[in-house]
Amino acid sequence: MKVFQVAILALSIVSTNIMADEYVIDKKGMHASIQFKIAHLGYSWLWGRFNDFDGEFTYDKSNPNASKIEVTINTKSVDSNHAERDKHLRSDEFLDVEKFPQSKFVSTSFMLNEDGTGELKGNFTLHGVTKPITIAVKYIGEGDDPWGGYRVGFEGTTRIALADYGILKNLGPASKELDLILSIEGVRK
Amino acid sequence: MNIANTKNSYGIISILIHWIMAVLIVGLFILGIYMVDLDYYSKWYNAAPWWHKSFGLLVSALLLFRIVWVINTIRPAPLDSYKSWEIKVARITHYSFYILLFVICISGYLISTAKGAAIEFFSLIDVPAIISFSKQQADIAGEIHEIAAYIMAFLFLLHVCATFKHHFIDKDMTLLRILKPVKPEGDE
Repeated sequence: MKVFQVAILALSIVSTNIMADEYVIDKKGMHASIQFKIAHLGYSWLWGRFNDFDGEFTYDKSNPNASKIEVTINTKSVDSNHAERDKHLRSDEFLDVEKFPQSKFVSTSFMLNEDGTGELKGNFTLHGVTKPITIAVKYIGEGDDPWGGYRVGFEGTTRIALADYGILKNLGPASKELDLILSIEGVRK
Repeated sequence: MNIANTKNSYGIISILIHWIMAVLIVGLFILGIYMVDLDYYSKWYNAAPWWHKSFGLLVSALLLFRIVWVINTIRPAPLDSYKSWEIKVARITHYSFYILLFVICISGYLISTAKGAAIEFFSLIDVPAIISFSKQQADIAGEIHEIAAYIMAFLFLLHVCATFKHHFIDKDMTLLRILKPVKPEGDE
């Protein structure tokens, strides 16, 4: 009986390993974005994004909760469509990109509900500080693309406090936190 | 009163442009240091860089005029009392001022226009962006702008010390002749 259980378990592990497909975030075609928005004085949203990032994930339709993702962001690529502000954001008052050229997210768990919403947990490194975060995920869709590939896409949002990551520049009481908005499309390897 | 320079005197144009640029450049240096450390909620957070850029463009225009002027006018001869090393050091300092100013003006322009945005010149005209050479343009230009400005500040101190040395120790005409045109002596 016990042998049987072990065999089933082993089989299921093997099968998930076989089944879980590996995906590369479509950076080439840029069907992905890492954006952020932060309140400006509390009167409007200032949007920006990171133009350069890379990542891979595993995803298996029949066992989505086994999915794993790792994304690396080149902090130098911060872009808010304003040369002087971007220079300021790269400086040691904010991202300090000389010292911390990379930001990273490594997932630890994933849970996708029936309705396509889910929760992705993992460790987020920014400005040299690593903290656990939870990203609210929305499954968007998957299927064959017209060029012989297979794609799947998600959207994720999360909110982080700048001070948690040692970014202490005072932008006012309304701007202590920022929202990250991730749009990810993966192409199956 | 001579408008143009003569063999032993600076004319009104050289004198005016020297002092106007001197005041603007010192002001820009101080404003530059002040503005980069302003608090986000400071009243001057947006205004200080705006003035810095407008006056910076003004200095750029004056610099171009000055270079054309200097090339096309007589340079008053060094005083007889100057030692040859003094003349050499002064020449190097003066040429360095031109080169540094040129570098500072261009690099400043390249910071603000790095992403294609124009620079507003006193709400009068927008000076458009021309060059976008790299993703790190604003950072590289910013480094150069700052370093060149500090070198220039050091040379400025040297320039002022030399002036005082000539005026108070050597008691010669160095300072006086850049303050106003020298009356022609004898029958020249």
